[in-house]
Amino acid sequence: MRVRAILTSAVAALAAAALACAAASAIAAPDRPDPVADAKAFQNFFTRKFPKVKYEDFVNGPYSMNEDLHRQWEEKEQFPPYEFALEAGKEMFATPFKNGKTYADCFPNKGNGIRQNYPYFDEKEGKVVTLELALNRCREANGEAPYSYVKDEMAALTAYMAFTSRGNKMDIKIPDDPRALEAYENGKRYFYTRRGQLNFSCATCHVQSPGERIRAEILAPALGIMNAMPIYRSEWSSMGTTSRRFMTCNSQTRAVPLEPQSDEYRDVEYFLSYVANGLPISGPGARP
Amino acid sequence: MSMIRTRRAALAQSGNRFSDKIMLKSNMRNLVLAAVLLMTGVWPALAASEADYKAAFAAAEAAEKQADQLRNKWTTTEAQLAAAKKAAGAGDFDAATAAAREAEALAKASIFQATSEKERWKNMEIR
Repeated sequence: MRVRAILTSAVAALAAAALACAAASAIAAPDRPDPVADAKAFQNFFTRKFPKVKYEDFVNGPYSMNEDLHRQWEEKEQFPPYEFALEAGKEMFATPFKNGKTYADCFPNKGNGIRQNYPYFDEKEGKVVTLELALNRCREANGEAPYSYVKDEMAALTAYMAFTSRGNKMDIKIPDDPRALEAYENGKRYFYTRRGQLNFSCATCHVQSPGERIRAEILAPALGIMNAMPIYRSEWSSMGTTSRRFMTCNSQTRAVPLEPQSDEYRDVEYFLSYVANGLPISGPGARP
Repeated sequence: MSMIRTRRAALAQSGNRFSDKIMLKSNMRNLVLAAVLLMTGVWPALAASEADYKAAFAAAEAAEKQADQLRNKWTTTEAQLAAAKKAAGAGDFDAATAAAREAEALAKASIFQATSEKERWKNMEIR
């Protein structure tokens, strides 16, 4: 009898402990980062908001938002404004550094068709590495001065690398490393945080208002926004890198832009690219 | 004698009443003048000194430094700081002080924004 009583109370204690654990994890769940669930929710949000837009078309930004704009994009693609940058980038990519090596020596698959894997989380460094950063590190490792992150040379190089990857599906990995998850979370927080005197977050324009006009421009959806980078912007009359795009967005909301390739910009690129996993690379792009 | 004293006293009393009236009129005139000067913004006593500017600029810079630590500076704050420096360089301490005070107010608003957004950003998140 005594043994039975002990067993019964032990089973009851175990059951209570299991229930307590389950309750604790249920309470903690909302704050635990879940990139897979985030990406699914992100993609569902846009497909529900724009049921007529073909899923793959989101990578074309404002040109995916209605038929007229889509027609404009098709016509634009016949003589694309990024063509000169593409040619320049191809030549730069093949031209050897002073030490005889080329960019191809710095990248997997000689730099061809790899855009969809950037940015990635570098476990050695413990930080996100973007394609722009990797290109400059390649230059520096070969004794060359780094390029400006916001000027034409960097845009031309990334345009060429994006072009060789067109159609490849974005494939960003978050390794099993708490620092990678933290970088992803930091990027997400940056994306949704309001800043600048106009009190705008990235999401104010690209989640709440895609397809709407802001002055003369049509806002692009956040889904697939990285897949088209770098872009030729008619507003700039030139090519622009991802760094330039982030910095311009900041100053448009009257926030002082951060330094190019700061941790925040690298992390927000990581977040935005991850939630676009599965969408094709369409860069280089052209925008109004 | 007592009559003379009484008369003198009466004269003095009426003189006081007269001077009181003058004083009252003068005070009223001063008040009106002060109001007009205040309304037109040319009250001489409010002219800012270099010391006022320096104090206002130091306060604005301190607030902007805090905003920088929060990674949330505003372009408008920077513009007001630059305008304050420029006006002070030209010796216009009224404009310089006003711009520095504006910069401090903007910097404080950016600090408030960064602090309140620490948790509030989650409200915008797609879930």
